[in-house]
Amino acid sequence: MTKNQTLLYLAIAVSGVLGPILFPNYIQQMAVLWVMVLMASTWDITGGQMGYNSLGNITFFGVGMYVSAVIQVSMFYDIGLYTASYGAIKPEFTDEQYFTGLAMGIIAAGVVCVVLARLLGTVVFGLRGPYFAIGTLGVAIAAGQIAGTIDTIGGGAGISMPFLPLDIQYRSIFFYIICFSLAILSHFTIRWMFSTQFGLAANAIRDDEDKAEAMGIPTMKYKQFGWGVAAFYMGCIGAVFGNMVGYIEPIEVAFPAPTFGIFMVAMALLGGKGTLWGPVLGAVLFHVVKETTWTYLLGWQWVALGLILIVNIVYFQQGIMGWLQTKYPEKFGIVVDQSTTQAKEEA
Amino acid sequence: MLDNLQLLFVYAPVMNVQMILDGIFVGAVFALSAYGLALVWGVMNVKNLAQGDFVILGGYVAFSLYKMGVHPVLSIPIVAVVMFMFGWLVYISIIRRVIDNDMFVSLLATFGLSLLLQQVMNLIYGPEVQTIDSHFPIATMFDDFVTIPMVKVVSLILAAAFAATVVIFMKKSRMGQAIRATAQDARAARVLGINTDNVFAFTFSLNASICGVAGVLVSMIWVLQPFYGIVYSLRTFAIVTAAGLGNLPAVIGMSFALGWVEQYAGIIAGAEWQVAAAVFMLLGVLMWRQIQLRRQRQVVR
Repeated sequence: MTKNQTLLYLAIAVSGVLGPILFPNYIQQMAVLWVMVLMASTWDITGGQMGYNSLGNITFFGVGMYVSAVIQVSMFYDIGLYTASYGAIKPEFTDEQYFTGLAMGIIAAGVVCVVLARLLGTVVFGLRGPYFAIGTLGVAIAAGQIAGTIDTIGGGAGISMPFLPLDIQYRSIFFYIICFSLAILSHFTIRWMFSTQFGLAANAIRDDEDKAEAMGIPTMKYKQFGWGVAAFYMGCIGAVFGNMVGYIEPIEVAFPAPTFGIFMVAMALLGGKGTLWGPVLGAVLFHVVKETTWTYLLGWQWVALGLILIVNIVYFQQGIMGWLQTKYPEKFGIVVDQSTTQAKEEA
Repeated sequence: MLDNLQLLFVYAPVMNVQMILDGIFVGAVFALSAYGLALVWGVMNVKNLAQGDFVILGGYVAFSLYKMGVHPVLSIPIVAVVMFMFGWLVYISIIRRVIDNDMFVSLLATFGLSLLLQQVMNLIYGPEVQTIDSHFPIATMFDDFVTIPMVKVVSLILAAAFAATVVIFMKKSRMGQAIRATAQDARAARVLGINTDNVFAFTFSLNASICGVAGVLVSMIWVLQPFYGIVYSLRTFAIVTAAGLGNLPAVIGMSFALGWVEQYAGIIAGAEWQVAAAVFMLLGVLMWRQIQLRRQRQVVR
């Protein structure tokens, strides 16, 4: 780790800790910011670095949410009765029951999502390019529709989560801490992954998958692994997000493919896909702009969002980090070999 | 579920006639927008995720005309022209700049467009479900077991007539020939003096126009809602992916097949499964193709 990076991490840690202390009214928004950072970073594992642009990573978000809800409730009560009452019966959870339920729920959400990613991966990773994007988008939309038909988990009416047995003022800070630590954890996981052979293999798959396969790289294994890691973190954060919102509904909260599902792609593209810091930067920028301008647009906010997405993709594809890399390649340790470029220009 | 199966095949097999007919009626609408997508995909390699929103937009244009007193059947040519101009505008502002890029870019850009269109329609027409009443009678068969609204028959005839016009246009006219030449080899077409930029613009506008006509039919036989577009997009992608590009009979066949699959999934498993049915068909076809590919690839492990 260089000195600059240490400083950067220190700055992030300080702002992450000081943020909620200085601005106690915005803790919820800051928690969502870390959720966004996690989403964009994990999307980039397959999307940016591997060239498998998934539009359906949000599936794991929703599945994680539902898995944790089911575990948290059914460990102590009958889940069918709980959801059938539409929140009219509020069973009391003791402190111990709640916290063991939450921990078990988050872990189980991650594990179930890894298994799901493994199963789905065998189907969708045969697809390439746009087919992969469409296939995964289809999976996300179908998942939302199917979740709405299962009555045990509340069907279309949804399911309300158990209350946090802490004082109400500690509620948002409690979830902020979990979101923050999960985002940091995922960042270091991705950092570690791309310092190993996995990073090289992922970029080889992005550049030319057939050649990579011909060189003896087990591409399927690497793709499955990358998606599995993304699924694990998406599942965990889904579980946390469900508890944070307090109410799960299949289309808008659990499987929001047209909103969060696209936000994560837009954020990664805005910051610069295929880089470690691009998605983080993009997520912070996107979220800050969204939160500050949202209230002033009065109904036009979604139109503005579509416009931002189009302008970003059509005119500014390489993103901020990509733009910086082409502008100052030497800062990123990229050496431009003058001899080959000259030869190309002469040819 | 079992009850529904029993109902279908034991107690009232005549209901199957209703389902097959309904499948054909909705399949005709799917076929129109799927043909448009196959055209754009095949000629310019752009995957238009706003396809469904073009359909809904066409429907809303017809809805506005209906409010002004124009009968929906008569509004078809007007909608076709309006949507053609709209398609040209979209091509100039967005598609032209993503056409040479990798395919995911066009996918995302059109997704942004889809988001934009949905929200603008939502702001103008509101989130309520709208429909156009075109005052056609309803016919019945088999002791009232099977009902056939004449509006659906009319829409089927109109779809067939419009599709035939487009196909003849593609076969006979100068522009149609240029489009087909560009689809075969854009570079060779450019060398031989075809202005491919114009051809691309025309193709995209033609697609928007076809979608618009499909939208008018949707507004007559079904309902319009600003956010229904994405479902149509998924359906068209399922159809085109399953049928393959540039294979018109297969596109039409798959459209009717999807119409039937949706009808049966809706009645057997519940209405919520209709959307999922399209996705499962897409995944099923892709899986089947993958199994075939694996047989061909013969990777040494």
